[in-house]
Parts: sequence; C-alpha cells; structure tokens
Amino acid sequence: MLDTYRPVETPEGVEIGLRVAGPVPRLYAALLDLGLRMVLYVLLLIPAGRFGHTGVGLFLVALFLVEWFYNVVFEVKRGGATPGKRQMGLVVLHRDGTPVGWTASVIRNLVRFADFLPYAYGFGLAAMLVDRDFRRLGDLAAGTVVVHREPVALGARVPAAPPLRPPAPLSLDEQRAVIEFAERLGTWPAARSAELAALLGPLHSAAREDGGEGVQRLVGMANWLLGRR
Amino acid sequence: MSREVFERQHEAQWTALDLSLARLEGRQAARSVPADLPELYRQVCHHLALVRHRRYGADLELRLNRLVLRGHQQIYQGQIQQGQSGGFAGIADFARRGFPRLVRSEKRLVGLSALLFAGPLLLMTVFVPHHPEVAFSVLPPSTVEQMGQQFSPGGSLEAGRPVDSDVLMFGYYINNNIGIAFRTFATGILGGVGSIFFLVYNGLVIGTVTGYIREMGFAPQFFPFAIGHGAFELTAIVLSGAAGLRLGLALLSPGPVSRGRALQQAGRISIRILYGAAGMLVVAAFLEAFWSPLPQPAAAKYGIGAVLWVSVLFYLTLGGRQRGS
Repeated sequence: MLDTYRPVETPEGVEIGLRVAGPVPRLYAALLDLGLRMVLYVLLLIPAGRFGHTGVGLFLVALFLVEWFYNVVFEVKRGGATPGKRQMGLVVLHRDGTPVGWTASVIRNLVRFADFLPYAYGFGLAAMLVDRDFRRLGDLAAGTVVVHREPVALGARVPAAPPLRPPAPLSLDEQRAVIEFAERLGTWPAARSAELAALLGPLHSAAREDGGEGVQRLVGMANWLLGRR
Repeated sequence: MSREVFERQHEAQWTALDLSLARLEGRQAARSVPADLPELYRQVCHHLALVRHRRYGADLELRLNRLVLRGHQQIYQGQIQQGQSGGFAGIADFARRGFPRLVRSEKRLVGLSALLFAGPLLLMTVFVPHHPEVAFSVLPPSTVEQMGQQFSPGGSLEAGRPVDSDVLMFGYYINNNIGIAFRTFATGILGGVGSIFFLVYNGLVIGTVTGYIREMGFAPQFFPFAIGHGAFELTAIVLSGAAGLRLGLALLSPGPVSRGRALQQAGRISIRILYGAAGMLVVAAFLEAFWSPLPQPAAAKYGIGAVLWVSVLFYLTLGGRQRGS
C-alpha cells in the first residue's frame, strides 16, 4: 500500500495523501463503461431505426458524441468518475489533488485513442507500468491521476480499560507502538496477542506464562496514553 | 496533549468543516462559500500536521486527511483553467480572435503539417492519371470502383439523392472526419509519429481518389462537389495534425522544463487548436451534406468554393490581428 501513496503539498503547507489506482481496477471500470455504452447504443438504435436514413444519420452523430465524450461529461459533471469508475471507487483528479476540469478531461480522453494502440490499451498499459503514478499517456498529457476514492478502512478504537500509567516515560514511537497494539487487538488470535505482549515483558512486568495479564496491562497503558485518565 | 483530549477540543470544528463541505458538494450545491470556510480549513490543515507529528494514530490521520483533501478540492478547484473564459462569450471570442492567433503562433508546425498532408495529396493527384494501377495498391479495388461510380456522369451524385439521406451523410461525415482529426491529434503523443502517419496516409488516400477520378474523366462532377467543403475539411485536418505534432514535439524537445511539464503545457495549447479544427469540421460536414451535392451549375460551385477558400485563409492569417500591427 505504501508505494501507491502520493503526498501532495497544499498551499497551507500540509501534505495530503492520494492513493493512486493501478491498471486492474481501472480495466474493470473501463469494461463496465463499455457495457453501459453498448446498452445505450441498443436503446438509441431502436427508435433511430424507425426514421430511416434521418434516424441513422442522427444515430451516427450520437455515436460520435458518446464514443468521444462519454468519459468527459461524467468526469467533469459527476465528481470525476464515470459510472464504471464510481462502481470501482475510483476518481480522476488533477495531479495536485483538485477536481478534474474540462480541459484536462478532454485531453486525457482524446489521447485515450493513442493509449489504446496498438491493441487493447497496449501503449497505455506500458506507460502505466513505467510511471510511478500509474498514468497512461492521456494522464501524462493532461496532468491527471486516477485515485481510489475511499481510504482503506483502518482504525478500530482502543478497547476501554482502567488506565495504567507506564512505569517509565515512553518516547513518541514507543507510545505509538503501544497504542497501535491495543488498536489491532481484535485482529489476532489471543495466543498471538499474548506472544506479542510477552516481547514487552519489561514494560508491563507480567509473568511470561500469563500472557493475558500482559495484554491487559498494555491496553491499560494505551488508555492512559490516549488521555483516558 | 493526549489524543483524546485533542479530539474533544477540536471535534466541533471538524464536524463544522464536514457539514460546510457536504453542502458545497451536494447536488444543489450552494455556490456561495461560507465566510468561515477558509479559516476553518486552515485550522484543520494545522490539526492534520499536528496529528502526523504527534503520531496520534492512523485512523485520525486518515479522517483529517480526507477532510483536508475535500476542503482543498473545494477551495482550489478551477485554479488550473484560469485565463480561459467559459460560456458563450468565451467561445465567440475564441472563434473571432483566439483561434486564428493560436494557429499563427504555431505557424511552423502548421506549415510542416500542411506539407506532410498536401505533399502526398498533390503528388498522387498528378501521378495517378499516368499510372492508374497505383490506385489499386493504395486502396482496395472496391473502394476505387465505388468512388468512380459516385462521380460518373449519371452516377449517384448526379441522379440526386433523397433529402433524408443528406442527414445520414451528415452523421457519417461528423463521425468519420472529426474522428480522423481526433486520431491525428491523439497519436501525436507518440513522438509525433502517429500524426505524421495519419497526415501522410490521408493525403495519399485523398490524392489517389482525386487522381483516379481525373483519369476516369469524372473531374467535371468531382471538383465542383469537393471544392466548397474542402476549404474547411482539408484545412482542419492540417490543423489537427499541427496540434498532434505540438504534443510530439514536447516529448522530443521539451525545452527548459521536464518532459512531463512540457507535455502538459503542449496539451493545453494543442487542445485549443483541436477545438477550432473540430468546429471547422462541423461546418465542413454541413456543407458536404447539404450544399456540395446540390445540382447547381459548376460555375456557381467554383465561385462559392473560391470565396470559401479565400475566407478561410484570410480568417486564419488575419483574424484577431490588432489594427496597425
């Protein structure tokens, strides 16, 4: 996960993190959009077929507009995502984290034709594999990135327990380690928790065999460190 | 300060920012930014920096990161497109002055593109009548036959076609011709190779058809048909090629900036050339579908065609010039 994290520095001097999206979810999104467009064409052809040559002519104009501007309209007007991208939780942003605008969206979606060459997004895939932000040629020309909309769900809360003052002052990193241990408690088997707690024997000074007691004391310290005192 | 005290102190601000942002992001977005939003946003930026520095925990960091990202997007959106007025007035101004100026500012690439396109076109127009068999090595025989038939005396063009097929042809020209322009532009990103290919290829095809029609003696039907919309269509293909070459040139010769930045700058310039070219192709499709097939006398067709060519060339060379410059 770390190597897809892209910090962007805002003018306020704080960094915000974007998580760039790789080829696989973007391929799924493209396939979903392709399917949607096919359904749309069938729906358009049914009435168009009843108006002879005029109907076919208008259908060709609609085909042109949808084929080239389907992505653009959704990306600019619907929060940076086509229906396929929305389904996959992806969103298109400028490289600086701002929402994609008309110019950038038109560029990235016209250059899509070059990405598609020579077969099935060959050049686009090659560019994505070389670029550290997974940008295809259209993204490079437009200055855009495709990122995951929602951050990974982390952050179980530390279970409440009577606060316990650590026997010695802890450094920031040590405090973090104790708190994160308590946060992730529910994700390991009890035996593994006890095993990890045993590594911190000098801190909680519970007997090595009594793993449960060590875990309890660490949770207590985490509570104390979080300010529940 | 411990984490939970920090959270208790600032929870109200985070909730307030979240609510303000949600209002701005909503479907019926309130376009007026609340007066306290920038202040609130800067404070939460500060909180995020503190949370990082004090290592309060990944979940709190993610939550504030998300808040700051949303605030950043609301406050700084549209920064990049500055200097381009939108709306109808913006489009009219672009058509009146911006576009011809832009074309002139890239006149060397436009010249190169014109050479790459018109060279093969003229060459084949002159060459094919002497060696008609060459036509069949450029185009499949069925296409050549079809072209010949369309412009033969008494062929489909002269017999006239039902009015509703004009709309059909309009749709076809939009789809086909603007599609060609977009492809010529897009493949320019491959170091210009794609644009060069499409320019030369389309020049060859159009020249071959023209040459073959001359050889068959159908020129009196063909030229009056083609001259009117050709003024817009051929020029627009050259311009879309120039836009593509601009992209390719940014990769080959980025100048004093990185290739990535050069490419983005080129993208913003060339896409505007392409907008203009696409507009010209819409005009061309109208003419080709509704004017060119009309059974007017050849003299009228040539006269109007000449006026259109001169207008297009004057527009591109003189449009938007300041008086006295």
